[in-house]
Amino acid sequence: MRLRLGKSMSLSRILLALAVPALGLAAWHLATSNRGYSLIPPPWTVAVQWWDLAVGGVWNDAYSAMLMTHTLASLGRVFGGFALAAVVAIPLGMLIGRVPLIRNLFDPLLQLLRPIPVTAWLPLALILFGIGPKSAFFLVFLGSFYPILMNTVFGVRNVEERLFEAAAMLGVSSQAVFWKVVLPASLPSIFTGLRLGLGIAWVVIVIGEMTGVQTGLGAIIMEARQMSRTEVVLCGMVTIGILGFLSDQVVQLLGRWLLRWSPQHV
Amino acid sequence: MFDRQMQPILDASHLTKQFVMRGEAVTALADANLRICKGEFVCLIGPSGCGKSTLLRMIAGFETVTEGSLLMWGAPIAGPGQNRGMVFQDYGLFPWLTVRQNIAFGPAASGLSRSVVAATADRFVRMVGLEAFADAYPHQLSGGMKQRVAIARVLANDAEVVLMDEPFGALDAMTRERLQEELLDLWAKSKLTVIFVTHAIEEAILLADRVVVMSPRPGRIIADEKIELLRPRDPTSPEFNALRRHLSGLLGGAH
Ligand SMILES: Nc1ncnc2c1ncn2[C@@H]1O[C@H](COP(=O)(O)OP(=O)(O)O)[C@@H](O)[C@H]1O
Ligand SMILES: [Mg+2]
Repeated sequence: MRLRLGKSMSLSRILLALAVPALGLAAWHLATSNRGYSLIPPPWTVAVQWWDLAVGGVWNDAYSAMLMTHTLASLGRVFGGFALAAVVAIPLGMLIGRVPLIRNLFDPLLQLLRPIPVTAWLPLALILFGIGPKSAFFLVFLGSFYPILMNTVFGVRNVEERLFEAAAMLGVSSQAVFWKVVLPASLPSIFTGLRLGLGIAWVVIVIGEMTGVQTGLGAIIMEARQMSRTEVVLCGMVTIGILGFLSDQVVQLLGRWLLRWSPQHV
Repeated sequence: MFDRQMQPILDASHLTKQFVMRGEAVTALADANLRICKGEFVCLIGPSGCGKSTLLRMIAGFETVTEGSLLMWGAPIAGPGQNRGMVFQDYGLFPWLTVRQNIAFGPAASGLSRSVVAATADRFVRMVGLEAFADAYPHQLSGGMKQRVAIARVLANDAEVVLMDEPFGALDAMTRERLQEELLDLWAKSKLTVIFVTHAIEEAILLADRVVVMSPRPGRIIADEKIELLRPRDPTSPEFNALRRHLSGLLGGAH
């Protein structure tokens, strides 16, 4: 199920990939167009709305030309929360994986907290961080934290013993072994964690922006729903889908370059 | 047997190793006595489970001594060190480093300057004939090439003693012969001391100055034979065959 852009993205593959969405679009159009009233707006209406959101000039209402503002707000929270999660989870995971004392201190607690879904943290986040972007940021952080942590711990614990022996005989001190062996050897697992974490960050952003923030794609989805502007809701969904897809592609590209030494990743 | 004047580079006396497995002690090596002089090429031979790897890993410093003593240049071996390098059967290369970077790993870890590290790496890349693959990653190499990198890595690190645990066991016959020749060549040009584990009698006679024969349960040394044949040795010669029969007899016809 690996997605590949570039060399393997032949024309026939692009056409095949577009076939099902095109059919879906056609069905959507047939089911919603030329009717007096439809709860779900037809695709053309959504396209016009998206245009208005992006550059304005159609409806000139509160949403017009606001897409960039909302997108940047969401991007900031997604990548901010994700980056903070990575910065905390990778070192912590390396320590949990290799230092028994740290493992005994943190592992039971983290295992206990892990099954609690991000949605359940929402009320507590509001109490701790108040209504606003801090809560959204925190929820995104929480959502991407566990996949990064778990995969880092897994990677670090599965470094071949042989590589430690090789490093020791070549004169690497036991502190330097962390950077020279543990980190590079577990990079494929860490990367899997980062990819999953970023995916979850996009899932969580809508919940995160239910915390009463004014801007963000999640925020306009929630607000437009209350105002029965379903076409705006759909625009928000499509935008999140595209951004999530693009950011995954960027991470994969980075991964393929960083892990070009790994037979599983080339 | 050996020159009393000369201090042995390695000296094992009454060396014993026990592992504890599920509460039970397993004696992997019992009362081994072995002195090896600088520059010697020693083969350890014996059936599976006789403690060859254990002895080698103790010399490398990967395993502790249970009883007896194990000295290098008169000082007890306390752990892995740069004066001893191991060549593993499964290579043990760092998969995220290129051939050149793998070979440069030891010199870089000992804090030499960049230019010295680069020059050393280049020299040993050339020595094992991998110039064309210097920037390839281990997964792009054949088994024989990987083992050349592993040997170069140890030599680049300036090891005095090269420990080899069935290094050519996973290679095809032709590659194995090539590497045996190359190894003898490298050894002859240097002052290296080589301890080479194998379970192939022919390989031992082909390579070694001395063949140390071991037997299992518990692992111990049962014979220590000098091989006086001139190199290059001819495996089809009558002298070679006589030695083969002799060692085969010592191993109890298991081979
Ligand atoms: N880490 C270990 N833990 C427990 N038993 C071991 C360990 N390493 C080796 N042994 C045991 O020690 C004996 C000698 O093993 P080894 O030195 O690997 O033999 P060889 O290399 O000659 O085949 C075997 O019985 C083996 O099961
Ligand atoms: Mg063995």
